[in-house]
Amino acid sequence: MPQIAQIAATYASQIFWLLIIFGLIYFVIGKGMLPKIEATVDARDQKIATDLAAAEAARAKADETEASYRARIEEARAAALKATQDAKSAATAEAEKRVKSADAELAAKAAEADAALKAAQAKALAEIENVAAEAAQEIVAKISGITVDKADAAGAVKAALAA
Amino acid sequence: MAAESGKIDPMHQFLIEPLFGKEWAIAGHNVAFTNSAMWMAITLAAMLIFMIGGMKRELVPGRWQAAVESFTGFISSMMTTNIGPEGKKFTPYVFSLFMFILIANIMGMMPVGVVGVHPFTVTSHLTVTGVLAVISFAIVLIVGFWRHGFHFFSLFVPHGTPGYMIPLIFLIELFSFLIRPFSLGLRLFVAMTAGHILMKVLAGFVINGINAGALTVAIVSIPSFILMIGITLLELLVCAIQAYVFALLTSLYLNDAVNLH
Repeated sequence: MPQIAQIAATYASQIFWLLIIFGLIYFVIGKGMLPKIEATVDARDQKIATDLAAAEAARAKADETEASYRARIEEARAAALKATQDAKSAATAEAEKRVKSADAELAAKAAEADAALKAAQAKALAEIENVAAEAAQEIVAKISGITVDKADAAGAVKAALAA
Repeated sequence: MAAESGKIDPMHQFLIEPLFGKEWAIAGHNVAFTNSAMWMAITLAAMLIFMIGGMKRELVPGRWQAAVESFTGFISSMMTTNIGPEGKKFTPYVFSLFMFILIANIMGMMPVGVVGVHPFTVTSHLTVTGVLAVISFAIVLIVGFWRHGFHFFSLFVPHGTPGYMIPLIFLIELFSFLIRPFSLGLRLFVAMTAGHILMKVLAGFVINGINAGALTVAIVSIPSFILMIGITLLELLVCAIQAYVFALLTSLYLNDAVNLH
């Protein structure tokens, strides 16, 4: 086995070169390059973590914006509803008022017309009484030749009409 | 070549041959640049290429960057689950260890033999795995005594041990603790060596069977070749598992040192 048979002759050379090569590997690669590669990996991990956090924050902000948007929409909707209701009730009140005033006007007109009608009726009645008294005067004069006083005739007509 | 002599030596792959600098020496010890050192350098180069491909540092990673990041993420998550937030300090070491062993294992499996280069598995050498295990163990000791002082010895007395059992338990736990570097180094060395020997033996069956005639091709070479495909896939799995086990055990031992119990 050359590893054992040659060991006395070659151990110094093997150890010498191994220490040189392994020392180079340790200091150049292990100490020089490895930390940079690990730093790259760490930087990437950190970047991913911060990006994730930023995305999370952005999502929270979007949620918040949406909530405030919803709240404002609700508010606007309520305001619009109130405005329409106000307008509706105002219009109703106005219409009622106008209907009332129109009613009053109509009632006044009706009362006036009623009064006029009554007056006309009374006048017509009076006229009829007058005509009837005259007619009765004339009839009495023609039939009996008695001249009846106008007041008597009117009283007689009145009694006859009342009967 | 061994095949030309009709005999295939499955141990030849582990032979260390100096490539250049045979006379280089430090304090009397020869430090020639061998094939083992060359394959360590190839491992380093492959790892550098792999890592540089992942250094674009883009926010959205490409395929290569994602592959590199999956390796670094694998080790750093292993450290945080086994040690906790303090494990981050040891990630560079465990990552270097894991990637070095993994790539060295896989480099030893590369079919470069077809272009005439002898593949060599750095981690199939006890010297290499032993040094890595000793480094891990030394870090555990240093961190343990640095953080806890002599209180670190309480690691060897589990909670709830009856008073009269403490000396015995202490010895057993101490022994198991001191065994760790050996088990760590031997496990990788043995797994790599055994797998590569098995592959070479089966390959020897295939080639010797072909040389011996049509009958042996049918009854030896073809079944061996089919078996070899399976063993090769298993070895690739073992390459990854052994690297993982080494890194995992290192992180568990570091956990003992950092958090005691």
